[in-house]
Amino acid sequence: MTLTKKPESRPAPSSWGLASGENPWQYAPAPEATDHIRIEPEYGLFIGNQFAPSKPRKTFTVINPATEEPLAKVAHASRADVHRAVGAAREAHRSSWSKLPGRERAKYLYRIARILQERGREFAVVESMNSGKPIKESRDVDVPLAAAHFFYYAGWADKLEYAFPNRDPRSLGVAAQVIPWNFPILMLAWKIAPALAAGNTVVLKPASTTPLTAYLFADVVRQADLPPGVVNIITGPGEIGMALVTHPDVSKVAFTGSTAVGKMIARALAGSGKKVTLELGGKAANIVFDDAPLDQAIEGIVNGIYFNQGEVCCAGSRLFVQESVYEPLIDKLKARLGTLRVGDPLDKNTDIGAINSAGQLAKVQELVESGIAEGAEIFQPDCELPTRGFFFRPTLFTGVSQSHRIAQEEIFGPVLSVLTFRTPDEAIEKANNTPYGLSAGVWTEKGSRIFKMVSAMRAGVVWANTFNRFDPTSPFGGYKESGYGREGGIHGLGAYLDLSGGNGR
Amino acid sequence: MSPRAKAASRAKRASVLEQRAAQPLATTNGAPARGARIGVRKTYKLYIGGAFPRTESGRSYEVFGAKGQLLANASRGTRKDIREAVVAARKAFGGWAARTAYNRSQILYRIAELMEGRRDQFTAEVMAAEGISRARATRNVDAAIDRWVWYAGWADKYPQMIGTVNPVAGPYFNFSVPEPTGVVGIIAPEESSLLGLVSRLAPAVVSGNAAVVVSSESRPLPAVTLTEVLATSDVPGGVVNLITGLRRELVGHLAGHMDVNALDAFGAATDEAATLEEIAVENVKRFVRPPSAGLARYDWMADSAQSPYLIGEFVEVKTVWHPIGA
Repeated sequence: MTLTKKPESRPAPSSWGLASGENPWQYAPAPEATDHIRIEPEYGLFIGNQFAPSKPRKTFTVINPATEEPLAKVAHASRADVHRAVGAAREAHRSSWSKLPGRERAKYLYRIARILQERGREFAVVESMNSGKPIKESRDVDVPLAAAHFFYYAGWADKLEYAFPNRDPRSLGVAAQVIPWNFPILMLAWKIAPALAAGNTVVLKPASTTPLTAYLFADVVRQADLPPGVVNIITGPGEIGMALVTHPDVSKVAFTGSTAVGKMIARALAGSGKKVTLELGGKAANIVFDDAPLDQAIEGIVNGIYFNQGEVCCAGSRLFVQESVYEPLIDKLKARLGTLRVGDPLDKNTDIGAINSAGQLAKVQELVESGIAEGAEIFQPDCELPTRGFFFRPTLFTGVSQSHRIAQEEIFGPVLSVLTFRTPDEAIEKANNTPYGLSAGVWTEKGSRIFKMVSAMRAGVVWANTFNRFDPTSPFGGYKESGYGREGGIHGLGAYLDLSGGNGR
Repeated sequence: MSPRAKAASRAKRASVLEQRAAQPLATTNGAPARGARIGVRKTYKLYIGGAFPRTESGRSYEVFGAKGQLLANASRGTRKDIREAVVAARKAFGGWAARTAYNRSQILYRIAELMEGRRDQFTAEVMAAEGISRARATRNVDAAIDRWVWYAGWADKYPQMIGTVNPVAGPYFNFSVPEPTGVVGIIAPEESSLLGLVSRLAPAVVSGNAAVVVSSESRPLPAVTLTEVLATSDVPGGVVNLITGLRRELVGHLAGHMDVNALDAFGAATDEAATLEEIAVENVKRFVRPPSAGLARYDWMADSAQSPYLIGEFVEVKTVWHPIGA
């Protein structure tokens, strides 16, 4: 990429007692073993518990974004395949799944949770190979959380009447679910677990760059001995996703992805009567007050924006710093950036892995260049990047104004825009000045200020003195153009049920 | 003739383009005037930001009773009126949402108190608008009053039903609370001129939302009288705004307005609602569709026409995390 400014090298703070120029963070390589992983050369569509090629037979290649090497070929579904998959799901809903008592559905979900735990490392490695995310994240966050989601929703399957008293909860039918590439197995779990617990059957389309853990999950479905057609997985480009969500036999649509695509889907579904939930983009404010514990805040800021290469819809991509602590905070933050390890996602020490695709890398680069062109000041640590693969240095911009594109548009990469404020009201005004409303962060030691800020944020998830925490019991979802509906908790369960009761509804 | 066809027929009669013999307005604010005294008629105006302006268009349209009698001229609101109403609603939203639940509860109860005092007037207007018997109109008005009382009671209770404390697997205190969505557009039901409107409006505003209502086109007069109650019930100006007029000139602008957060199209016709749903996507509005079985068979008097879950249609669930530590 062409940056007008050479990345700076930051010395370690003098308090660390290191000789000048000494790099304190030398790590020997610690690669995760991959010899236990078996990736098939080709994956067919998973329909009715069978893998079969698409009709007509057509495939596309999936690569490892850290090496640009091909990993496998996967089926390119046709409209006829979409129809077959929805048909299998519809039939499974009619003949088996909707008739199964909740307590029996629960046991299937518990089985899935257990198998995901048993095969956890395999899932983590494949996830990192296919998505580019660091193994320590896929191993410690994505896969355990995915299993936890199945375990949590398993317990709801036979308790729906208690969750929604006086509402006569009923399954909807076939749920069409389209998920993104940033958290492939975790988003699969967020979607499939509540859908099955509520008694629906599923056709899931993973993102075209990251289908491998979804097809690995298909094997879990077979191991768990789910009735055929309860879970179906198909792959293909965006128009196949659109064909899926608009299929007349689909009753429920759940989409996670960009706001632009979410709007396309919502328009296509207007008047269809399908129940829809959308989890879309974000541009979260992370607000640091002058009384915040700075070292904790630095960790929270780093976790907020550089977790998963910043490819997180709820990433804390706008940092608002109270002016009185701006300089010490920026100094600490730059020093901390210098210690982040960018590189091989399968190395257990890696903090920042590969960007998911060449297209996404180009988008990040384009927005970073716009930041420079619009007059913001860029900082990148002087770290080495691998020669192959889609890598990008952790980046921060200072001197950002509200009108800059990097302060308004979702970058979906490891790029932080730093802005400042003086008073709480100014912070509120600036933080809410966005069409998005997914998440926000607040850092202060003052309890009453936390609650003032938490109440004022027009955002669905607010982290106070922490950031980017997730849990199956904790509802997640946005205000405004970040979408509607919640995933997780009892709220996420309701999204998969017909709760309209009587009186013509 | 189906109710919808009847409504269409009335709307047709209300066309300003149609040639017909002039007829006198009937007095509708109370029982029709009879006898020697010349009645004092009411001007039916819009309700925006707590004031009663005429439409900026300076235009009106004729409103007919169910028996074909000319009742009044109502304001023929415009896109600009909708926009003024949204501005007023946005301005009022923050303060209304920040009121304590106890306070909103008392204000909704106050609405019921003042409606009770105007019970006869509402009954006469509903009779004239809907062509129903006095007994049935009275039941409708009573149900509308009782509905405010019922929702008043929910103001400080629904958060305990929709909110949760979430037992996350880690050292964090985590809870979810409902918050009002913001500015809610409401397409009032065409047929049920008072009870239908109140049944949609009360659950939207009790949580702290501000509303912009497009009233029934053919039966707008009870809605206008309701705004006179709202104006004197301690409901802050701008929390409820009402635009009367020809619906086809109004609803699309409300659905497409970028500062409206949600649209209640429960009262819209099915085909109308599909179009509105598509327009509403532009800023990802929360959207409530008409009942799947259609409004014609919907029973506004039924217990199921009121529900705390209807409050839930126009709230956002906010989840808060905080570490637990020393």
